[in-house]
Amino acid sequence: MDSSHLNETATVTDPNPESRTSSEAAAGRPGPTISFGAEGGAKSLKPAREDGNVKLEELHAYYGSNHAVRGVSLGFPAGKVTAIIGPSGCGKSTMVRCINRMHEEIPGARAEGKVMLDEIDLYDPRIDIVAVRRSVGMVFQKPNPFPTMSVIDNVTAGLRLTGASRGEMDDRGREALVGAGLWDEVKDRLKGPGTGLSGGQQQRLCIARALAVNPEVMLMDEPCSALDPVATLKIEELIGELKQRVTIVIVTHNMQQAARVADTTAFMLGGELVEVGATDKLFTNPDDDRTEQYVTGKFG
Amino acid sequence: MSPGESHALMLDRGNLKRRNRVNRLVTVSSTIAALFAVAVLLIVVGSVLSKGIGALSIHFLTTPTGLFGDTSGGISNAIVGTVIIVAIAAAMAIPVGLLVAIYTTEFAPTRIGHVVRFALDLLNGVPTIITGIFVYGLIVIPQKHQSGFAASVALAIIMLPIVARTAQEVLTLVPATLKEAAHALGIARWRTTVRVTLPTAAGGLMTGALLAVARVAGETAPLILLCSIFAPGVLTEPSEGLASIPIFIFQSSESPSPEAHTQAWAAALVLIAFVLVLNIVARAFYARSRKRMGA
Repeated sequence: MDSSHLNETATVTDPNPESRTSSEAAAGRPGPTISFGAEGGAKSLKPAREDGNVKLEELHAYYGSNHAVRGVSLGFPAGKVTAIIGPSGCGKSTMVRCINRMHEEIPGARAEGKVMLDEIDLYDPRIDIVAVRRSVGMVFQKPNPFPTMSVIDNVTAGLRLTGASRGEMDDRGREALVGAGLWDEVKDRLKGPGTGLSGGQQQRLCIARALAVNPEVMLMDEPCSALDPVATLKIEELIGELKQRVTIVIVTHNMQQAARVADTTAFMLGGELVEVGATDKLFTNPDDDRTEQYVTGKFG
Repeated sequence: MSPGESHALMLDRGNLKRRNRVNRLVTVSSTIAALFAVAVLLIVVGSVLSKGIGALSIHFLTTPTGLFGDTSGGISNAIVGTVIIVAIAAAMAIPVGLLVAIYTTEFAPTRIGHVVRFALDLLNGVPTIITGIFVYGLIVIPQKHQSGFAASVALAIIMLPIVARTAQEVLTLVPATLKEAAHALGIARWRTTVRVTLPTAAGGLMTGALLAVARVAGETAPLILLCSIFAPGVLTEPSEGLASIPIFIFQSSESPSPEAHTQAWAAALVLIAFVLVLNIVARAFYARSRKRMGA
């Protein structure tokens, strides 16, 4: 279905043409190619696009002196949905924001450890932060379409830097909207304002916008908490379809949602990873007492 | 606690009447103060209107000032001169003010941002006559003559902090979530500023620019020092002296002839109308911008 060329900042690396289809994601793929920046040598590494396995190794994150994430080691397998659950303030959003290196945008915040995307450490000093974010996309809690742009401009916002032509961008935008299940609803108002849609539609627009850049991993930080149940259901169905295309990590407060959409669930408490396992098992027969107390609602 | 007891707690303990009286007093006095402020505006505009309307005519607006106290002329050269001086000042101050604001809100470390903001506030408080003297020493003395350009430089210095501070306020109002969304898409910082932050804040930025223009259109002190000697007729060369509305008002009001006084009022009316229109347009832009960012 998806036949667009991966036209990453074409000035920098050799274009790495590749198509993602659901059957290909399941099949084995050649290892990643590390491509170097234009300024010669190892000045910047751009993670190439293969399977999309993410692995955190001893990740620590700080806000100033506040140790928010404590030595988390966790893997997110490609083609699967992993949910992160835990009470407020346990560090789940912080940990997830370390994966696309958004955490360090906050003044005074820093992270240590390794975040491996396939065989590349995203925290390698040679890595170009901007390129990381094109491989690891993010959808936020509150839908945030750009208010000054139309629907189609919103979807293609991440593409405009690649020097692609208007026609190519519109094609990829259309594919992304189809992939996000929004095409039928907006095809007649592509030029209308992005903020003119309902909350659920806006969130799917944000998902389409993130998809258009063709990431391997999609991080979702409580994407449905601001939406009504009908919109939530649509997005959960969407997650089920998308997981073949992108590795999905979803932070959620809603344990029932984790049970509905996630293959694997990880429970965090006080900045630490307490337990991780198949969703069914975590909810019905957890190993750790703390997990059991949380999922049965003894604290929250 | 029984229902009877808790209800008893709600009963008036005697100070309700006093609180109501204080309430009424404050409401009434603040309403009077507001009405007073509006009344002052209406009185000023009203008196300018009534005193100046006699001299206001198409002829007045399209004929240059007469020579040596001849009151048969008008203010066409003054209007043209003001427009040129203010336009050049705006062309200098608005881009620089905007860039300063972008720098302090998007790129500068917090400490430097505070220092720049403080410097701008100080600059805002400098009396305009001092700015005039400064530019006099800077430009008029070396060139040995006054010019419209010198006046523009002084006005630009006065405009700069207004544009920069308003722009800063508006840029910080752009929700951080929008910038986050752009960064998460892999859009570089400067591009986020140009494609997301600036367009979102555009209405408010326009407001700041218009308000700054409205403010300096009537600044007289620098003009007296820098651009009050000029040849007759409609002039457009900014490297020479140009006529201007504030200077016309000033010179006409010093004349002994009552016709000149009426002309001064009429010129004041033109200036006030210009400032009022700019303010209304500026507010409209700001309202539209607020609506967009709240969405």
